[in-house]
Formats: sequence, structure tokens, C-alpha cells
Amino acid sequence: MGRFIARRLVQAIPTLFGVLLLTFLLSRLSPSDPVQLMLAGQFDVTPEERESLRHSLGLDQPLPLQFLAWLWQLAHLNFGNSIYYHRPALDLILERLPNSLQISIAALIVTVAVGIPLGVIAAMRRGHIEDHAIRVFSVAGHAIPQFWLGLIFVLTLAVQLRWFPIGSMNTVGVDCLLCWDRLWHLLGPVLVISIAGIANLPRILRTEVLEVIAQDYVRTARSKGLKERMIVARHILRNALIPVVTSFGTILLVFFSGSLIIERVFNWPGLGRLTFEAAVGKDFPVVQAGVVISSVLLILSYLVRDIAYAWVDPRIKVR
Amino acid sequence: MATQATATATPRMQPADAERSAAGLWSDALWRLRRDPTTLAAIAVVVTMVAVALAADILAANFFHRSFTQQDILSSYEKPNGTEPWMWLGTDELGRSQIVRLLYGARVSLFIGTFGALTAFVIGLAMGLTAGFFGGHWDDLVVWLVTTLNSIPLLYLLLIIGVLFRLEPLPFAILLGGLGWLGIANYARGQTIALREREYVVAARTVGSTAVRLMVRHIAPNILPLMIVLAMIEVGQLILIESAISFIGFGIQPPTPSWGNMLTNAAQYLGKAPYLIYPPGIAVLVTVLCLYLVGDGLRDALDPRLRGAVGGGARK
Repeated sequence: MGRFIARRLVQAIPTLFGVLLLTFLLSRLSPSDPVQLMLAGQFDVTPEERESLRHSLGLDQPLPLQFLAWLWQLAHLNFGNSIYYHRPALDLILERLPNSLQISIAALIVTVAVGIPLGVIAAMRRGHIEDHAIRVFSVAGHAIPQFWLGLIFVLTLAVQLRWFPIGSMNTVGVDCLLCWDRLWHLLGPVLVISIAGIANLPRILRTEVLEVIAQDYVRTARSKGLKERMIVARHILRNALIPVVTSFGTILLVFFSGSLIIERVFNWPGLGRLTFEAAVGKDFPVVQAGVVISSVLLILSYLVRDIAYAWVDPRIKVR
Repeated sequence: MATQATATATPRMQPADAERSAAGLWSDALWRLRRDPTTLAAIAVVVTMVAVALAADILAANFFHRSFTQQDILSSYEKPNGTEPWMWLGTDELGRSQIVRLLYGARVSLFIGTFGALTAFVIGLAMGLTAGFFGGHWDDLVVWLVTTLNSIPLLYLLLIIGVLFRLEPLPFAILLGGLGWLGIANYARGQTIALREREYVVAARTVGSTAVRLMVRHIAPNILPLMIVLAMIEVGQLILIESAISFIGFGIQPPTPSWGNMLTNAAQYLGKAPYLIYPPGIAVLVTVLCLYLVGDGLRDALDPRLRGAVGGGARK
């Protein structure tokens, strides 16, 4: 197992390098000049000062050297300073990160808790009304714009019916990471974001369950008179869930990408909203750090997924 | 040779289909499609959407008598009503007709979805086919590129691009396609690797066919049908992404109306004019839903063995 993890870690290096290279190239290929972005709104800057700033940022160096210098900075966890907050971009992100992770983890739990039973039901009741209903829900869940669903949620359940708070994480004056007040605020964004996962998971699980049901050991279990509930839990689900682990990659990607927009709709102070606000304010170091950090998190999630997969199915390690 | 290649992709016939086995892939698919009312209905909706979007100028000038930028402060925040055609979906804070803006939004969304998917199709086919066929360093490079792009949350990537570049609809569509080819390339690559060693390809290679000829005449025709299905689904996905990124203000810029930026506006006046929020969202939902249903139906018609494995690449 240790060797597998080590090999998988090494495989993640070129991916990380690619992400950093792309982010760097984008910022340098753009027609907008970083010095211009930094000095936006300041009109009393002489050309000499501009040049010295350019020199101090290393922008007069050749591109490959600039890239190496940037990598060196990142290796020291230096993502540059926010132009707006005058604070290290990384600090800003680390402050907001737990709030975003809270949504993603909660959404993952909801997805698993709802998606797995739905997948099993769809397969066991194949061709019946339940199966069709779940299929329709899956296709609709993929086609609905997530942020629009969030807007509808805010409009109907928060603004009009006042069942839920309109936005933010806590009622004014309350500050906690896990309490009823937070859960109440969390419900909206988590429900909306997990729709994407719930649309995805049952479909994949259904195919797997149908494959396992046809196996000999399931027939044996049936013929020796085990209860149906026992067969589903012990014999079918255990084996059907193994390949489903890989599908979490897609689900996580959707969660990460979706958080950017859901945090905006629900006014949730996480990584997504920070990056979005920085983008609006042209606070480039923070946007860049947001993109890099969210990608690093995604690469780490893929890593965890693959390790989990190898753990539940030892045959994988051989490949 | 090409017909022989296509024949291998023709699905194994079920007993009921047996007497029709002489039919080609496409006429066979058409035969199945004609018996699939859901897909036919979805095709009808998509075709209507495209027709209405193309006729937006004519409809706006002759039926609604309003352009999409025309303001009318006296009738702002007008709830949807039937007094005049241009008020059917109400008006926004500037008294602009929502139904006319919705029509032009359809134009932008469908344009971006179609051109983006076309770009994704071309890049994905070229990358996947060559990577799977040649293998080696080129394959490693393509796989690395796919993994890298899959590791950056798409909306974050579009956000950073939106900060640095201002894009018109056409370059924006090409950009979305340039980022959305990953699934198509994965599929093309996997299929090419599987087909590369088939007898008919090896036979063609032995008689001296060039690499280009092998790819274009012998491998591509076999993977093309499902690639078209994937591209169809890609159109829907790109419409969703466009609406999301335009919603947060980094996609299509006003005054050009897109379904996404109409919702930005609607979100701002949520308290005062809640009815503005529904039409653009429903338009996206219905369009994308129908595109997915058409994709699903086409896939089932082209290859009935795959029925149920929704999303094409979801399961191999």
C-alpha cells in the first residue's frame, strides 16, 4: 500500500506542474499588464517608478526565469499580497477555506446518504415506476442550472416563505462552526450543490448493482434462503460500491466548480466567493492563488479517491 | 473498405431486427429513432428553439415591435400580462421586453453551445485519435494535458481568463470548446486503442495503407457515431457553463443578452420583480434537457447495446 501511495504521489507531480504552468502562462499572455493592474487608480506614478516596480516584480526577466522564480515563491508558500486587503493572499484563502470545505463535505455526505439508496432502488425495481422516476430525476438534475436552482431556493423558501435565512453563514451575533444556527444556514447551499451528485451517483450504482445481481454468489445467497435485506447489504452493495468510488472524481469536480457560484448565490464567505470578489476587484494575486489552491485541493481529492479505491479493491495496486 | 469498417460498428441484431440486417448504420438508426416518441419530441423542441432563435430579428421587428435594447421607463417592472405581445413575460427595471431579450438570449446560448461543441469535437477527435493510434510520447503528452485540465475547476479557470481577457461570443465559444474536449478525446483515445489491433486494420496496414489513411478510413468511421452523440451532449453542457459564467459577469457582457446575464439582472431585483427569475432559467433547463434526451435517444438508436449507460463516457 505504501508503495502504491508513493507512486500515485509521484504521478501527481506532472499534473501539478501543468496546472501551475497554465496559470502562469495565462497571466503573462494576457493583454493586461500586471503593473497596470496593480497601479489601477493611482495617477501620480512616474514612468521611472513604474519601471522600478516592474524590476522589483521581476517582470523584466525572460519568461522561463519568471516562471522558476514564481515556483520558488510558491514553494515557500508565498502567493503574493492582495492588492485590496494588503495581506498575504494565502492567509485570506486559509481563513475562508474551512467554510468552503464544510459545504463540500456536507454535500458529499448528503449525496452518499441519498444517492446510494436511490441507486439500489432503481436497480432492484428495474423497469418499474421507481426506476423511471429516478432516471427522469437524474437527467433533469444534470440539465438544471445549479445557480438558478439556488436563486429559486432563495426566492421562494428564504425571501417569500422565510423558512430559511437569505444568505451568509450565521445569524448576526452568533459565531460557530457546528451548531443549529450554522446547520440552518448550511442547508440551502448544501441541498442545491448535492443535487448534482445525487443526479450522478444512482445511475452509476444502478448499472453496477445490475451487474452484481447476475453473479453466481448472489444466486447462491438467495437459494440458501437469506433474507433479501441481507443479500442487498452483504452481497450486492459491497461489491457494487467498489467501482462507484471512481465516480467520486466527477462529483468532486462538480462540487469544487459549483462552489464558486453557489457561494455567490448564498452569500457564503468561502474560497469561491473570495476568488469571485477578487476577480471583480481585479485583485489578481488572490484570483491566481484561488485557482491554484482549488486545483491543489482537487488533485489531493483525486489522490484520496484513488487510494480509497486501491484500499477497497486490492487488485488495483497491481496495475 | 470504409463500408466494411462501418459494418463492424453496426450493433448486433436482436431477433426482431434480423430481417433488416442488410440496412446500413444510419438507416438502421433512423428506423429505431422513429419508434422513440421521447426523442422525437425532444428533437422537435430543439428544432423549434433553433428556428425561433434564427428568426429573432424578424419576430422582434414584426411581431413584438421591440428591439432587445429598447427601453421604456414608463412601463418598467411590468408583471407578465397579455395586453401586448412584448409584455408576455413582463419588463425589467428599464422597461425592456423580457420575451424579446429571451429570444436573443437563445441566439447567444445556442450559438455558443454549437460552436463550442464543434470546436471540442474537432480537437477531441484529433487528439484522441492520434494519441490512441501513435501511442508513445504523444499519447503521454495528451493524457497529461487531459489530466491537467481536469484538475482545474472549470469555473475558476474561466474566472481567471475572464479577469485577463474580454471575449466576444465567437472567441468565447472557441475557448469553451478548447477546454471542453477532454471527455470526447478520452472516448476517441480508448476506442482507437481497442480498434488499432483489429484484423481489418492490421490487414489494411499490411497492404501498405498510410497512418492517415488507417485513421481516417478505418478507425474514425467506427467511432464517429458515438462521438456525434457526445458532441450533442457537449452542446448542452456548454450552454450550462455559459449561463453560469455569464451569470457571475465574466462571460457574455451586457447589453448583449444571454440567458446567464439576464439572470444576473433578475437576481438584483429579486425582491421587486421576482417573475424575472423564471423564464431564462426555464429556457436553459428545457434546452439542455432536450439536448440530453436527443443525445441519449441517438445513442440508443445507433447502438442499442449501450442502452442505460447514460452520458456515453460514464462507463466503459
